[in-house]
Amino acid sequence: MSAPMNLPTLTAKDFASDQEVRWCPGCGDYSILAQVKKILPTLGIPKEKFLFVSGIGCSSRFPYYMNTYGMHSIHGRALAIATGAKVANPDLKVWVVTGDGDGLSIGGNHLLHAIRRNVEMVILLFDNRIYGLTKGQYSPTSVHGQKTKTSPLGVVDYPIHPLSVAIAAEATFVARTVDVDVKHLGEVLSAAARHQGTAFVQIYQNCVIFNDNAFEYASDKSIKSDNIVYLEHGKPLIFGKNSDKGIRMNGTHPEVVQLGNGVDASQLLVHDETLGDSSVAFMLSRMSHPEFPEPMGIFRQVVRPTFEGQMTDQLAKARKIWGEANMDLLIQGTETWTVN
Amino acid sequence: MIRTDSPTAPAKPVEHLEAVTIRFCGDSGDGMQLAGTQFTNTSALFGNDVSTLPDFPAEIRAPAGTLPGVSGFQIRFSSSPIHTPGDKLDALVAMNPAGLKTNIMDLKAGGLLIVNEDEFNPTNLKKANYANNPLDDGSLKSFQLHKIKISTLNKEALADTGLNAKAVDRCKNFFALGLVYWLYGRPVEATLRWIEDKFSKTPDVAQANAKTLRMGYYYGETTESFVVQYVVPTAKIEPGTYRRITGNEATALGFVTAARLANKELFLGSYPITPASTILEELNRFKHYGVKTFQAEDEIAAVTSSIGAAYVGALSITTTSGPGVALKGEGMGLAVMMELPLIIVDVQRGGPSTGLPTKTEQADLLMALFGRHGESPMPVIAARSPSDCYYAAIEASRIAVKYMTPVMLLTDGYLANGSEPWRVPHYADLPGIEIQHPLEKNSVDGYMPYKRDKNLSRPWALPGTPGLEHRVGGLEKADVHGNVSYDPDNHQHMINTRAQKVANVAQDIPPTEILGDAEGDLLIIGWGGTYGSITTAVEQCRSKGFKVSAVHLRYLNPLPPDLGEILRRFDRVLVPELNRGQLRLLLRAMYLVDAEGLNKVKGKPFLVSEIVEKIESMVRQEVSV
Ligand code: SF4
Repeated sequence: MSAPMNLPTLTAKDFASDQEVRWCPGCGDYSILAQVKKILPTLGIPKEKFLFVSGIGCSSRFPYYMNTYGMHSIHGRALAIATGAKVANPDLKVWVVTGDGDGLSIGGNHLLHAIRRNVEMVILLFDNRIYGLTKGQYSPTSVHGQKTKTSPLGVVDYPIHPLSVAIAAEATFVARTVDVDVKHLGEVLSAAARHQGTAFVQIYQNCVIFNDNAFEYASDKSIKSDNIVYLEHGKPLIFGKNSDKGIRMNGTHPEVVQLGNGVDASQLLVHDETLGDSSVAFMLSRMSHPEFPEPMGIFRQVVRPTFEGQMTDQLAKARKIWGEANMDLLIQGTETWTVN
Repeated sequence: MIRTDSPTAPAKPVEHLEAVTIRFCGDSGDGMQLAGTQFTNTSALFGNDVSTLPDFPAEIRAPAGTLPGVSGFQIRFSSSPIHTPGDKLDALVAMNPAGLKTNIMDLKAGGLLIVNEDEFNPTNLKKANYANNPLDDGSLKSFQLHKIKISTLNKEALADTGLNAKAVDRCKNFFALGLVYWLYGRPVEATLRWIEDKFSKTPDVAQANAKTLRMGYYYGETTESFVVQYVVPTAKIEPGTYRRITGNEATALGFVTAARLANKELFLGSYPITPASTILEELNRFKHYGVKTFQAEDEIAAVTSSIGAAYVGALSITTTSGPGVALKGEGMGLAVMMELPLIIVDVQRGGPSTGLPTKTEQADLLMALFGRHGESPMPVIAARSPSDCYYAAIEASRIAVKYMTPVMLLTDGYLANGSEPWRVPHYADLPGIEIQHPLEKNSVDGYMPYKRDKNLSRPWALPGTPGLEHRVGGLEKADVHGNVSYDPDNHQHMINTRAQKVANVAQDIPPTEILGDAEGDLLIIGWGGTYGSITTAVEQCRSKGFKVSAVHLRYLNPLPPDLGEILRRFDRVLVPELNRGQLRLLLRAMYLVDAEGLNKVKGKPFLVSEIVEKIESMVRQEVSV
């Protein structure tokens, strides 16, 4: 998509608001903010068309730092607000910034329903596996046994797998990336921004204060290649420092195999993000460290009519079958009588 | 073919009545709502003033024949203007023992009682907890009892239709309706037309219903058991075009109209809840008017989606009942903080909790006024009759967009389902709703989202407008530029400003109308759905010489500026409410007036007689002291 001729070329700077960014130094949010500001100008869409909506939490300060329209709302409800905004004005490009507490705990219900409706919007789930703004309580993605302020002996809840939930809710675009992997982050954001439907992106985001290094296995350059596998459409799932490992299907289960000794790429699972059936995407979403390398990239990207598009179509259809608006007929209803 | 000619003219003596209150009751599967609605439409077309009170069971289909499964529909039709569906019944049609059991206490002594004798069998009597058959044990001797084998007569009438027994039995409400049409000299044509239209896809059912309707009529004409026919002459009604309308229909239409008047799209975010759901259903029928309805996943998503729609420029509403309002509380606080126009409709029902979901109550007033965290004032207005919901919806919309504030509109289950004739307005005669969205920066330093106009309203710049990009949110905002502010003085200033803005709505409130003298012994103050009962009671008492006047409040926040002064002109103040005294508490707090209460929470509207008795006791006391 290239910018229309009459649009001034925007830069990341144009998307920066005059507000001082107040995340902790070293917080993963900075990198995500920088990438979002970088990719927006590449979309060829005027700045005033963007609407950023957030709930409550560290990540939810995001809209204040963007010089676009924005709303920093209440805990968990950003998706419902965004849905109303998009339906009322389908012209807008709506982005929702949420976190593991905001989006999966208090706002979990809205997440399911926004996704299943396929409202066109980008959902960025900043997943740091902790409550940051309230200072360190465990979240729905905190790992089992994790010690936090509200779980001094370890969390006894089992964590939720956000991508599994999204896929189960019929998501049309599901992806995962990491805050510090800026190139990959930028690519994923760019694809999400172009998706026509709900784009759900889980971003592993480091909280330096309350859950530092939670994603070290997936972000530390020296070890990550053994712990993550990049998903590329049409390519086999190969990973490892020397690209010598892969994912092969063993019946209905994935297994990690060493390449060589009669095992070659042709036996590996080839990624197809366009599969209508979401079973394979779901299976990929279940692959967790340390048993498996965790998949990074676009799990699923399919086309389905959007909610707001269908609603617009219905309004047009209604005018066709029920007639054009006539206020007096409307007020009178079907049965009237006259008193002289 | 359906015969549409009127049955033959009455041959029996005719008695003239000024008004009649009749109730149809039976099992919820017996089609009583339908019979009641048809009778109402026909009476309105005939030229009576009418007022209705449907009574639904909470269960959709409680076991057939049981007491919880009884459904009723009450209609008052009159040759003079009326405001209520009536207190005591002049006539009761009971299609089964359970219906009789739960409704007979409302029938006047000497009243007309028509029962479907076929249904008074041992099984049904047992389901209705009757030890003896009331039709035979003399317990009904104070009524004019007509035992009619409605099921059998209906079956005989439809013997040759080819419909199966179940389908035939389902037609029996039309037989009963036909009989009642004869009894009150109503024409059957309107219902015949309705049947033809409604059952156009099943002509055999249409023909059966039409036939049994006429057979019911003829039965009345020929049977020996009815010796007179009653006539309620047409009422003197203001000339114009009329329709019948329920409160929820009027609410829906009011918002569609308001959106059009404001040149806006209407957005409704709503979650199904009794008794508000029919507004959501109704608005779904108006998609060709650009109405966008969003059936949300819960009450919270309903209000917050509406907030999102309001931010981007829709006329935005959310409809619910008490429990839903409680869930929407935090969202409403956000709308207060962001100063966005939004209308929250609370169709009140019996609470707390699930309470009496299908019954009426006025117990959400204090929640509407104060039921949010923090200092979050919101204009609150209430509709007083089914058709008034239309104008109340428009007024709520006008206030919301003019003052950039959420507004609560209170109706109730009685208004929502009750109906009355409504002289429809011409759209062109309705005043427009003016909205100006800024297109340019309002300051040299850029766009200031909290720079206010003379009403203290902030501008409503819409996403999509170049150059006016700005952020709103739940954190306290600095006045004018709208950046997040933790400054103590700013918070105090913003709290005061938002309160003053809501108080400014008072400048739009017209002078309070007083029914009766402007001063005197007793002033009745009501609000909302009790209007009909209070007005009727006060008119009755005044005609008997009691010095009583009445004021009915539409604006609950802010209250009318002239109210305090009106209160002082009366010796005593009585506040009838279907709660334990919520407006009374408010009036006492606001005006230091020793207001007394008449309070009832039974899930039912006031009887006129209840208010009359209270007035007479108070005014007499006053005289005798
Ligand atoms: S608490 Fe954690 S998530 Fe929040 S800003 Fe600080 S580092 Fe970032």
